[in-house]
Amino acid sequence: MQVLELKNLVKIYNDSEVKVKAVDNVNLTFEQGEFTAIVGPSGSGKTTLLNLIGGLDASTEGEIIINGTNIGKLKPWELINFRLFNIGFVFQAYNLIPVMTARENVEFIMQLQGVEKKKREKRSMEILSAVGLAERANSRPAKLSGGQQQRVAVARALSTKPKFILADEPTANLDSKSAESLLEIMEKLNKDENITFIFSTHDARVVAKARRVITVEDGHVVSDIKVETDIKS
Amino acid sequence: MNYIKLSWRNLWRNRRRTLITVASIFFGVVLSTLMSSMMNGTYQNMIDMMVKISTGYIQVQDPSFGESRSVNDVFYPQPELIESIDKTEEVTVVAKRLESFALFSSGADTRGGAVIGIEPQYDTLTSNLRNWVSEGSFLESGGKGVLVTSNIARSLNLGVNDTIIVISQGYRGVTSAGLFPVTGIIEFSTPQMNNLGVFMDVGAAQELFHADSMVTSLMIMVSDYTHVNRISRKIKDLAPGLSVKDWTELNPDLVNFIEGDRSSGNLMIGILYMVIGFGILGTIIMMVAERKKELAVMTAVGMRKYKLSLMFFIETLLIGLIGVISGFAASIPLIGYFVNNPIRLPGDMAEAYLQYGFDPYMFFSAAPSVFINQAIIIFVIAMAISLYPVLKVKKCL
Ligand SMILES: Nc1ncnc2c1ncn2[C@@H]1O[C@H](COP(=O)(O)OP(=O)(O)OP(=O)(O)O)[C@@H](O)[C@H]1O
Ligand SMILES: [Mg+2]
Repeated sequence: MQVLELKNLVKIYNDSEVKVKAVDNVNLTFEQGEFTAIVGPSGSGKTTLLNLIGGLDASTEGEIIINGTNIGKLKPWELINFRLFNIGFVFQAYNLIPVMTARENVEFIMQLQGVEKKKREKRSMEILSAVGLAERANSRPAKLSGGQQQRVAVARALSTKPKFILADEPTANLDSKSAESLLEIMEKLNKDENITFIFSTHDARVVAKARRVITVEDGHVVSDIKVETDIKS
Repeated sequence: MNYIKLSWRNLWRNRRRTLITVASIFFGVVLSTLMSSMMNGTYQNMIDMMVKISTGYIQVQDPSFGESRSVNDVFYPQPELIESIDKTEEVTVVAKRLESFALFSSGADTRGGAVIGIEPQYDTLTSNLRNWVSEGSFLESGGKGVLVTSNIARSLNLGVNDTIIVISQGYRGVTSAGLFPVTGIIEFSTPQMNNLGVFMDVGAAQELFHADSMVTSLMIMVSDYTHVNRISRKIKDLAPGLSVKDWTELNPDLVNFIEGDRSSGNLMIGILYMVIGFGILGTIIMMVAERKKELAVMTAVGMRKYKLSLMFFIETLLIGLIGVISGFAASIPLIGYFVNNPIRLPGDMAEAYLQYGFDPYMFFSAAPSVFINQAIIIFVIAMAISLYPVLKVKKCL
C-alpha cells in the first residue's frame, strides 16, 4: 500500500541574496513498511526534503500526498492535527521535552491525540521496553545519555503507530555503538509493527541497514536503489 | 500530564528567576494592599468622624438652608414625615437638629461658635458625643444643660456647673439670649473641632432661638453607607418641598480631599504595578526565547498553538498566583495588626491633617475590596502579559 507520494516537489529558499534550489523537482513514492535511507553530501537537501514531507516547511511547487491527503491544501491548524495523527518525528537533537520524564515524553503524543490514561500507560511501558528503557521510564531527559534520549524519541514517534516516521540524522550525535543499537531497534519496530521509516544519514553503517537508499545531490534524486536482499532467516 | 502540572514544572526550570519574579509580585502586593488598606481606613475614619459628629449620612433641610445656614430657614418636621423616614429600609435613626451661630460669654470674655441642638436620646445612634465627654456628664433629654467643647471652655474659663451666656439672633430676627448650666466638657481628638461651640437639647435650642418645634435639619443615619444614594432617593419621595442631601453633598470639601488623595495614592500603586508588570514580562520573554527549539518540536509532533499559548498563560498566571497568595499571607496579619493599632502621623503631616480637622493617624481597613482589587489587578496584568507568548507562538512557529 502506498503511503506517500511526492509530485514535482520544488523548494526554493529566496530569503538570502542567493536563490537556493534546495529541492529540485523530486518525484518519489513510498510503500507501507519501507525502511528507507536518504543519503547525500552536506547541503544536498536531505533535511529540506524531510521537512517538506513532514509539513514543517511549505514547498514552492509540487504536491505531497499522504494517504490520499494533499497536505499543501491544509490550513495551518489542520496540518498540525494531520501531523499529530499521521506522522512521527525523530530529530537529530533536542527531541524531548526536558520537564517530562521519558515515559511522559512517550505519552505526550498519545495524550494530544486524546488516548485515555490506562491505554497510554500500557502502551508507553510496552514501547519503552521495546527500546530497552523500561527501567529509565521515570528519568528526565537530562539524566539520559544521547543514545537513550534518541531511543525515547523513537519510542515516542512510534507510540501512536503513525503512517510513517521521519528521522533526520537520528544517529548523528551518537557513538557508533549507540547508533547501531538505535538502528537495530528501528529495524525491529519496522518489522514488528510494520511502520514505515524514512531517515536521512551520513553514516555508511546506517545506510547498510536500509532496504531502500535514495541519493540526493543539489536537490535532485540521483539514484533510488531497492535492496532486495531481505534476509529473513 | 495536564497543563497545570506541565506549566508548574516549566516554572521551576529556572528556580532563581521564578523566585525573583514572584518576590517582586510579593512586595508589590504587600505594599499595595497596605497602601490601599491605609487609604480606605483613613478615609473611612474621616467620613465617620465628619458624618457622625456634624452631618449624618443624609439630611432633610429647608431648601434655602444649604446656602444661608440661617436660623430663619427652619422648617416644621411633621411627625408623620419623621415616622415614614424612620420606617424606610436601612434607616437606623432620624434625629432633629437645630443649629446656628452664637456668641458665648462667661463674664469678661466672649467667643463665637456654633449652637447645636440635638436629641440626646439618639446620641448613641448618631454622634456618640458621650464618648468625648472629658469632664462632667452628658446631656439629659429635655434638660437645660449644655456641653461645651474644650477650647471654648478653656478660653472662657468655664468648668462643669458654671453658667454660660449665649447671645444670638433668633428666628425672624428676634434677639435671643439665655443662661445655661454647663453639664460637661467635650474634648475631641482633633483640636480644630474643639473650637466648635456648645451642644444642647433641641428643645432648649428651640426656646433660645424662639423657633418653637422647628428644626434646621433632620439628621438621618443608615446601616450601610454604600446604599446612601438609594435611600436618599426614597426619602426625597417622602419629603416633597424639602431638600434631601447625602453626606457627599453635605461635606464637599471632604469628598474633594479624599478624591484628590485617593487619585495620587492610586497613581503610586499604578506605577508600582507597572514596574512589576514589566518584571513579569521580562521573565516571560526569556521563558519563550529559551524554549524556541522545544516549542518547535512540540508543534512538529502535533501540539496545536492554542495549547502552547494556554501553557504559557497558565505559567504567567501561576507566577502571579504564587506572588499574590504569598503577598496576602504577609499582608493580612500586618493589616490585622494595624487595624487595631493605627499609626500616628509624624509632625508636618499630622499638622496638615489637624488643619483639615482629622485625626492625625493612619487608619487601616481590612475590607475585602482591599484584597480583591489587588488580586484582580495582578490577574489582569497576567492576562495582558500572556498575550506576548500567544502572539509570539502564533508568529514564530
Ligand atoms: N532556512 C534556509 N534558508 C536558506 N537556505 C537554506 C535554509 N535551509 C537550508 N538552506 C539551503 O538549502 C540547501 C539544502 O540544505 P539542507 O539543510 O536541506 O541540506 P542537508 O542535505 O540536510 O545537509 P546536511 O547533511 O549538512 O544536514 C543548502 O544549500 C542550504 O544552505
Ligand atoms: Mg540536514
